[in-house]
Amino acid sequence: MKMSTKKLQWLMFGWFFVFPFLPVPGYWITIGNYIGLYSIVALGLVLLTGIGGLTSFGQAAFVGLGAYTTAYLSTTLGWSPWVGLGAGLVVSGLAAALIGSVTVRLSGHFLPLATIAWGLSLYYLFGTIEFLGKYDGLSGIPALSVFGIDLSSPRVMYGVIWLCLGGCLMLVLNLLNSRPGRAIRALAKGKTMPEAMGIHTAQYKILIFVLAALMASLSGWLYAHLQRSVSATPFGLHMGIEYLFMAVVGGVGHVWGAILGAVVMTGMKSQLQDLLPLLLGSNGNFEIVVFGVMIVLLLLWSRDGLWPWVAGVWAKFHPPEPEVVAPAIAPDGYSDLPRRARPQAGALILEVSDARKQFGGLVAVKDMAFEIRAGEVVGLIGPNGAGKSTMFNLVTGVLPATSGEIRFCGERIDQLDSRHIVRMGIGRSFQHVHLIPHLSVLENVAMGAHLRGRSSPLAAALRLDRHEEARLLFLAAEQIRRVGLEEHMHTPAGSLALGQQRILEIARALCTDPTLLLLDEPAAGLRLKEKEALADLIRQLKGEGMSVLLVEHDMDFVMGLTDRLVVMEFGSKIAEGLPAEIQNNEAVLAAYLGGVE
Amino acid sequence: MDFGIFAVLAQDGVTNGAVYALLAMALVLVFSVTRIIFLPQGEFIGFGALTVAALQSSQFPKLIWLLIGIGVLTFLVELGSALRQRRYKPLPRRLLMWSVIENLIYPQFIWLLAHSLDWQGMPMAVQILFTLAITVPLGIMIYRVAFQPMAEASVLVLLIVSVGVHFAMLGMGLFIFGPEGSTTHAFTEWSTALGEMPVSGQSVVVMAVAGSLIGLLYLFFDRTLYGKALRATAVNRKGAQLVGIGTSQAGRMAFGLAAGLGTLAGTLIAPLNTVGYDTGFVVALKGFVAAIVGGLASYPLAAAGALLVGLLESYSSYWASAYKEVIVFTLIIPVLAWRSLTSGHGDEE
Repeated sequence: MKMSTKKLQWLMFGWFFVFPFLPVPGYWITIGNYIGLYSIVALGLVLLTGIGGLTSFGQAAFVGLGAYTTAYLSTTLGWSPWVGLGAGLVVSGLAAALIGSVTVRLSGHFLPLATIAWGLSLYYLFGTIEFLGKYDGLSGIPALSVFGIDLSSPRVMYGVIWLCLGGCLMLVLNLLNSRPGRAIRALAKGKTMPEAMGIHTAQYKILIFVLAALMASLSGWLYAHLQRSVSATPFGLHMGIEYLFMAVVGGVGHVWGAILGAVVMTGMKSQLQDLLPLLLGSNGNFEIVVFGVMIVLLLLWSRDGLWPWVAGVWAKFHPPEPEVVAPAIAPDGYSDLPRRARPQAGALILEVSDARKQFGGLVAVKDMAFEIRAGEVVGLIGPNGAGKSTMFNLVTGVLPATSGEIRFCGERIDQLDSRHIVRMGIGRSFQHVHLIPHLSVLENVAMGAHLRGRSSPLAAALRLDRHEEARLLFLAAEQIRRVGLEEHMHTPAGSLALGQQRILEIARALCTDPTLLLLDEPAAGLRLKEKEALADLIRQLKGEGMSVLLVEHDMDFVMGLTDRLVVMEFGSKIAEGLPAEIQNNEAVLAAYLGGVE
Repeated sequence: MDFGIFAVLAQDGVTNGAVYALLAMALVLVFSVTRIIFLPQGEFIGFGALTVAALQSSQFPKLIWLLIGIGVLTFLVELGSALRQRRYKPLPRRLLMWSVIENLIYPQFIWLLAHSLDWQGMPMAVQILFTLAITVPLGIMIYRVAFQPMAEASVLVLLIVSVGVHFAMLGMGLFIFGPEGSTTHAFTEWSTALGEMPVSGQSVVVMAVAGSLIGLLYLFFDRTLYGKALRATAVNRKGAQLVGIGTSQAGRMAFGLAAGLGTLAGTLIAPLNTVGYDTGFVVALKGFVAAIVGGLASYPLAAAGALLVGLLESYSSYWASAYKEVIVFTLIIPVLAWRSLTSGHGDEE
């Protein structure tokens, strides 16, 4: 759960800064250095895997790119390590952008497999290239220095490493707690929901892949100047796998899990290496067996890793507070947020003519035609399998139409994808709710405000987006109040009842500033009271001038609510008219109840 | 390069490609039935080859100790899960009986067999069959212990468990077989010439075995009810369960087959290459590259990919032998780029 455990986090981090000043043996400092280096890589993986839902086994290769770049530049060419840092970041970033762009459009498991292959080929490359010293690697790498101050001692490097880690943590936390951050969190939910909020999922996927590679490259740079020599071995696939382990063991969905995972794994490994040969003799590689077995056991015990467990124990003593809070009064510039011009009541806004969708030989939607005027609530009904959802998908851009035209406010949208359609002013909800369960209602709703802001990931990481962020959060909070969920503003969305989750989705859609709201079976699975609350909300929105298209098969629900009904069966329109007329229409009765043959 | 070298390289490439094809098949099979990316495949290559080598040099095949150990573990896991479910249903006595036979008695029977017969004098085919009798149950037990309890987990979690199992098996491999590699006897000394091209009997055997296995797999999946049930599980796990297909059985079956195919791949390469306990990993990864070419879904495409990998490896070892591995593993990037451009839209999780 993403509620604050701030004190615990900073306590943990603070401890590592006090640590080198204690009279501890040098060996511990070395371990601390490695924990820091590993944490930086694992942090990137948390962003990539836990939060964005992409997996990489190839991070060690990016560490290697960072390390070898600076090693080559500072030994063979004799350039400053600081140039090496920049060059390493550029090389890793470009490589990641290339790999990312060829894999992001494929389904989930191709990226991990591509990174396995990539990790291996780069490892062999390091070991083969002449000017990188083949398998001996490069040695004699200079130590870091700043303004003539030598940073070569391990205790000083400890400070440098942990400062870098602290910096990365800050940037990642800032980024996650922003508009681009919410877009990244939405990625884990597949493609449909984020795209319907106007989020360019492919771009954000490449972004987090590049960010994770940059952090790995930074770690490699630090490694090279700490170790003063590099060789291919620590950048092989096994290390790439271990980085992923650290993130998973610590809790791959949690930023602080990265450090916890690095501590646990590094500590465990060094203990096992000392202990096991004493217990079992030294003629086997037992630590790797125990290591493997412990991973399997840990995942059997807790698939989410250690951090949620630690945070849960801590939360018993320190009740959590909400982390993201909307400003209480409208922030500066809130009234300047661009708003769409409202079409005049009664103006034609959605026009579907002869829309058809074929899946191979199956015609799911057959030459449908209907229209919606501004301020109307129209119901699209029909028995199960009538093609309502396909029709819905055509209007929202999830599927392209095979033929026919769909126009919104005069412009054709039948070949646009959902990311562009939402920009034009069509908001939607989902039949099976698409929420990020552990985020608060406010954060979920704010995802809908993605198109209302423009701050870049860099600005967000540097906290230059706070004015805009306040406006967006206030906007989201306003929509939550508008739909009557203000009591649950900071509740995790996953703990709401289904009816409330549907209403949350409406609030999220309202954030996109729609002129037409499309609701996909909003009443399905709701209890009577929930249906009444939903109907009241839709009436209220209509009162505010919103146009609504409801796809439903619950007749009672749409009867009292809609201005007009369109009835579908077998992909075609069989009737259209006022609810009272439809109730007595013979074709409709036959479709719903079975006709007399 | 003259035609002679070209032909020899081609023969080499196709021979290796046939082995990769077997591995790619196994990986596609396991992935499509269980969604597990089966990294421990590589260990079966090494274990298989080293066990045949042990039999041929009349050493006791120590892999049996691992079989006995994991058998006990599997039995305990099954007993534990039966006891845990005691509150809801009666103790499944028949199932536990079977579990005792499969996991406790069978490994000891194998142990007895290994001790009581003279394996060195047997024909190689019998030695390979005996090796399969050790490794196939091992694969099934590994599925039962490590994967079946979390069969519903995400692809990522399963992948990590897979890596954990790979590590554990690798470490056990070093302990059991030691760091030294071995080779086995040749299948045949026979050789012939096709025009100007010399053809080794070894290549012929490898291609024939791989080809007929691929044919058998095709028949199995296309013609038998059991094979169709496995394919149904691959398409829709829930749906398969609803029509009465045991998805756990399907998973065990897939692992048994994959372990068997891995072992065979190991025995096929062992007469020509020194195989160590850790050789298999990189070989299996080349099978992976082939499987990815096939999109982890198509058997014929995976086989084609395997041939491509084999040929690429063989020719690049002639022109740029130092970069052989780099070239093979980098192949995956253009392949994925091509798939990405040709696939219509991204899949939904």
